[in-house]
Amino acid sequence: MKNDQITIAVSGLNNVDSPGPGIPVIRGLRESKLFKPRIIGLAYENLEPGLYMKDLVDKTYKVPYPSEGIDQVFDRLVYIHEKESLDVVIPNFDSEIFAFIRMEDKLKNLGIRTLVPTLKQFEERHKSNLTEFGKTYRVKVPESFPITSIDEIRSLKEDGQIKFPIMVKGKFYDAYTAYNMEQTVLYFEKISAQWGLPVVLQRYITGTEVNVVALGDGTGRTIGAVPMRKQYITDKGKAWGGITLDDSSLIDLTHHIISATKWRGGMELELIRTADNELFLIEINPRLPAWVYLAVAAGQNLPEALILIALGYPIEAFLNYDVGKMFIRYSYDMIADLHDFEKLSIHGEL
Amino acid sequence: MKVKKNIAISDTGFVFDPSTGDSYTLNSTGLEIVQMIKSGLNNDEIKEAMTHRYDVDAHSFERYFMDFLGMLKNMQLVTNNEE
Repeated sequence: MKNDQITIAVSGLNNVDSPGPGIPVIRGLRESKLFKPRIIGLAYENLEPGLYMKDLVDKTYKVPYPSEGIDQVFDRLVYIHEKESLDVVIPNFDSEIFAFIRMEDKLKNLGIRTLVPTLKQFEERHKSNLTEFGKTYRVKVPESFPITSIDEIRSLKEDGQIKFPIMVKGKFYDAYTAYNMEQTVLYFEKISAQWGLPVVLQRYITGTEVNVVALGDGTGRTIGAVPMRKQYITDKGKAWGGITLDDSSLIDLTHHIISATKWRGGMELELIRTADNELFLIEINPRLPAWVYLAVAAGQNLPEALILIALGYPIEAFLNYDVGKMFIRYSYDMIADLHDFEKLSIHGEL
Repeated sequence: MKVKKNIAISDTGFVFDPSTGDSYTLNSTGLEIVQMIKSGLNNDEIKEAMTHRYDVDAHSFERYFMDFLGMLKNMQLVTNNEE
């Protein structure tokens, strides 16, 4: 496939202070020495910065939110495919993954490949199912309670099942630390209004947060895994700086989870290491994270590997990565032309 | 006392723990002591070398040295020999 041109549609172009993974994924793809990517951006909003990064994104199409209906998303992809002949689509938002799992076969019939988890893998790693996940795969997880009403919070407190502080988490995004009942109720309402139900109450684990970006090929094999510790965290809890770690326990745990679940696609493990050196899994995100370019820079081009697996090419697992490789995010004011904004607003294409 | 084997210490006094991602800076005296620990000298040998090299009495040095070792332990940069 040396230097073949591959047309890849990528979402998650919101390269803002809580960035989507699209642009870092594209940077990895652009660095491929095996193929020449033509990048088609999939955008939800006219002001997603990635749309205007013309050195990274060749062409952009607006797409409907998955909440508007899977058929609408599929129809739009068919339209884009007719224009661009897509080879692979990489959905980069948690909220898109379910739609792409459902569309996978239909897309494949059109000749469009994806590499997303199976429905079972996707469902069982939900925050609301994390307790069960921990039991099934023998992984330490904090107790989690999916709740759908404020009354449930009160009864959990009365029964002594929850203590403060506690984490209040949305099913897709958002997490807050609540220190009392009032804050818990406040965050429950805030999160449920934005992301729907259930909201998850999770035991607060004190320790250092560490993360792993990894890729599974669906057979139980880990193609790559790079652990990172956030060095600088924004008020939204996002990494603004991070560093790769040399920690075999994190790699072993990642291999165990991918092997046990036969994970297919990119993933991010969010973990807490306690002062007693215990690792608690607090979340599995079913896609590559926004800091995936750190893995590329550390020697594991996971976006490139994802494309190779999706297209059915044989692939060797990465065995090493550079330890102590750092990333530091920055903001940068791009100057855009009103004409481009107009094109997106009127035609939904740029 | 041993410096944990994966700790990287540069000649400038920059210390990096690759298992946690933490980094520290040592002044020249701290660096000298950490390099002595790393080379296998025990506490008495370090005390002997430092009091010989610098204008400090053994009692004062020991106080600062123990404080410094406690800090290194707290930062998990060193382990006891038996660990």
